[in-house]
Amino acid sequence: MTPFYRFQFYLFALMAIGAALLFVTRRSPVSAALWLVNVMFALSGLYVMLDAPFVAAVQVLVYAGAIMVVFIFVVMLLNLGRPGQLPDLREVAPRLGAGVVGIAILANLLAVRRDALPTVALEPHADNVVTPVAELLFSDYLLAFELTSIVLLVAVVGAVVLAKRKAAP
Amino acid sequence: MMLADALIVSAILFTIGVVGVLTRRNAIILFMCVELMLNAVNLSFVTFAKLHGVSGHVFVILVMTIAAAEAAVGLAIVISVFRHFGAVDLQSLKLLRR
Repeated sequence: MTPFYRFQFYLFALMAIGAALLFVTRRSPVSAALWLVNVMFALSGLYVMLDAPFVAAVQVLVYAGAIMVVFIFVVMLLNLGRPGQLPDLREVAPRLGAGVVGIAILANLLAVRRDALPTVALEPHADNVVTPVAELLFSDYLLAFELTSIVLLVAVVGAVVLAKRKAAP
Repeated sequence: MMLADALIVSAILFTIGVVGVLTRRNAIILFMCVELMLNAVNLSFVTFAKLHGVSGHVFVILVMTIAAAEAAVGLAIVISVFRHFGAVDLQSLKLLRR
């Protein structure tokens, strides 16, 4: 593993964590959304480091490009750009509970034995990255693929039904 | 051990998402925290795909699809909650408390 890859990897990792911390502490939904876009770009950099350039491209296109646009669009539509009068944080007791839960989850996730992971060469090397994914997606996971298309259809219909203005009685 | 470090990053991002869901009141920010958690899980899928083959990438693509569907439906619910209550603050949703 060359120092270049190592440096890039830790740079993107620090970017992701820092942007996530900034995201979760912003009051205004717009700046929170923009920091979340930053997290997603950093994560797509990490995906490239982890030899998944196709997933990285999909991440930028779908997450940063489509889902976050929907979020910002809703913020704009409802005119929620500035923080409201009510405090956005919950009271002290739920905050303490959240801290305890967070520490517990983090300890759980970090306590897994990591020395059992074998070391693999980490330099991205594959030149054709779409074909293996496509072969799996359209053979072994074909049923899941078709089911997600149905889920998307149902979600689109449901979103239209939910967001439609009711006709005046 | 960059794989272990990627998993640690994933764990930290997931925890940030959980704490965000538990502490914030703005429904839109709550949905964004859920997206952050899904992203953290995607990162560990990609990391394990390094060890166990490209199935992880397929899972990531399926998770992204479900995340898009969830965002669409969730934001539609946010819009209709806003029409009904005039706010997206979770504090205003206490019909069941009365």
